[in-house]
Amino acid sequence: MSAPAPAHDLSLDVPSAAGPLGDHPARPVPRRRSRGGDPLGLRARQRRHALVLWGLAVLLLLSALVAAGLGAVAVPPATTAAVVGHQLLGWPVEPTWSVQEQAVVWDVRAPRVLLAAAVGAGLAVCGTALQAMVRNVLADPYVLGVNSGASLGAAAAILLGALAGAGQLALPAAAFAGALGASVLVLVVARGSGVVTSLRLLLAGVGVGYALSAATSFLVFASGSAEGARSVMFWLLGSLALAGWGLPLAVVLVVSALTAAVLLLLGPRLDALAIGDETAQALGVVPAVLRVQLVVLVSLCVGVLVASSGSIGFVGLVVPHLARRLVGAAHRRLVPASALLGAVLLIWSDLAARTVLAPQELPIGIVTALVGAPFLLHLVRRHHATT
Amino acid sequence: MISARDLHVGYGADPVLRGVDLHAADGRVLGLLGPNGSGKTTLLRALYGALVPDRGSVRVDGEDLSALSARQVARRMAVVVQEHGDHVPMLVADAVLLGRTPHHRGLGGRTEADVEAVTEALERVGALHLAGRRVGDLSGGERQRVLIARALAQATPHLLLDEPTNHLDVRYQHELLHLLRGLGATVVVVLHDLALAARYCDDALLLHQGRVAAVGGASDVLVPEVLEDVYRMRVRRADDEHGPHLTFSLPGLASPP
Repeated sequence: MSAPAPAHDLSLDVPSAAGPLGDHPARPVPRRRSRGGDPLGLRARQRRHALVLWGLAVLLLLSALVAAGLGAVAVPPATTAAVVGHQLLGWPVEPTWSVQEQAVVWDVRAPRVLLAAAVGAGLAVCGTALQAMVRNVLADPYVLGVNSGASLGAAAAILLGALAGAGQLALPAAAFAGALGASVLVLVVARGSGVVTSLRLLLAGVGVGYALSAATSFLVFASGSAEGARSVMFWLLGSLALAGWGLPLAVVLVVSALTAAVLLLLGPRLDALAIGDETAQALGVVPAVLRVQLVVLVSLCVGVLVASSGSIGFVGLVVPHLARRLVGAAHRRLVPASALLGAVLLIWSDLAARTVLAPQELPIGIVTALVGAPFLLHLVRRHHATT
Repeated sequence: MISARDLHVGYGADPVLRGVDLHAADGRVLGLLGPNGSGKTTLLRALYGALVPDRGSVRVDGEDLSALSARQVARRMAVVVQEHGDHVPMLVADAVLLGRTPHHRGLGGRTEADVEAVTEALERVGALHLAGRRVGDLSGGERQRVLIARALAQATPHLLLDEPTNHLDVRYQHELLHLLRGLGATVVVVLHDLALAARYCDDALLLHQGRVAAVGGASDVLVPEVLEDVYRMRVRRADDEHGPHLTFSLPGLASPP
């Protein structure tokens, strides 16, 4: 036997007269000694992606300013900025705007725009995580059935007066309880007697989702209240109309931000999991464990988001695809890009929802579906073209 | 050094491995051979902890595998599995950078050392020019190089490979195995092609129906008496300066015209 061999030293050359891998005519290997330059093209790409992310951040700020100014009472972006500056920083000190403008911008629209941004970002990053986890480009935050649980909770609150003791918070509290129950159910079913695989998760999520949707429909049907049915319907399609300064908004902001931060930290593990279970395992990531962690994280986040604003569709499905186009598939960049894009998309969707049929409000889910479906169809065409 | 003792592994009721012992010595190439369904891949998966054996144990450098975390295992063993990830629009550079994941701590940002290791790894497999391409756009052979490069970037003392010569043209099959020999690492490689095994493996372990049919130096394992039993074929062997050459024929059939 040969002497104890070192860990394979990467500076070793292939010991061969023929130089395997070296003299193949199609792929000459340049001898490179100076490590200057950017052999992997990483730095150039990093600069480009940083530019994209900063661009999206600026777009988000501008979108927020414009959206907070538009509506039944139009306020110019400069005035909006001044109102926000006055409220947050105490500058400008002297108001040059009317009391009404102040009220519209700060009390009504600012919390709504913030909620839109937080919900959009949260749904988008959850969609990104789920697509990596189940390796399916059609996955969205709702494949785990969490929203069906939330809907059942909300319907119970609206139609049966569940949790009425909680007052204003009855609806979101009931919805969140429903979401929590659904995700526990999905996890238990998916776990069964073995490990949690992608397929089991998807099947459990879809199954639980259908069952809970049926229960919701039954409640609506059995209640016989037209008004109640309309409220449930409106809630199912999603709306940010309940936004206001207060605890729910704070919770949504914090939960969305934390979820995005955790997913960002998990970035390389998500990359490995997205390639496959065997690859993840080979790189030191136990797939079944990571999947359970992700399900818990995503379920909690989606539960909070849906409880605050209903099941807004398409954001979590479409935004990750858009973001992948911009910054590629590595999650360290994909997660922030998805968050920013999701926030921008939902701010504009909400603006459309409250202005198109003004003074009547459209459920925001209708808008996101109208924007999202054509994009998805475009994706299908491209997918067909490239494979 | 990787060793296994009395491994029993089963999927459900069906036992796949029934008491396998294995010893992969440092710096040597061990080929895992055997017919389809003999348990080669299962054995490999048990060696890196993707499968937990029903009975028996695996030791890496003397430490029990079950006492190590997946991450610790990944710092000692790199594994080349047949998952190309071509459904993920990932660039080759990023795909190989993933090999550095087990070495990251804390927030785990990319370091200069990572970039260095990835560049070296891609260079060694002759794929540096592919760094900016998408994995999904590569040919089968190019993808295989990327997978090997990821394992090299992982910079581990042991390297496990599951049928790395699949989908490769004959020249690259030889190039690849030659490269593996030159690494100085402990290599455990699942191979279907006995001719390649005869040529490039130091040691061989021949599996048959979940048991070890023969084990030892590759040249001692790949003898007609053993192979005829396991593969139920007529085997002739002739040795020259390139090592043993094996010729197979189905008993009872005339050789093709």
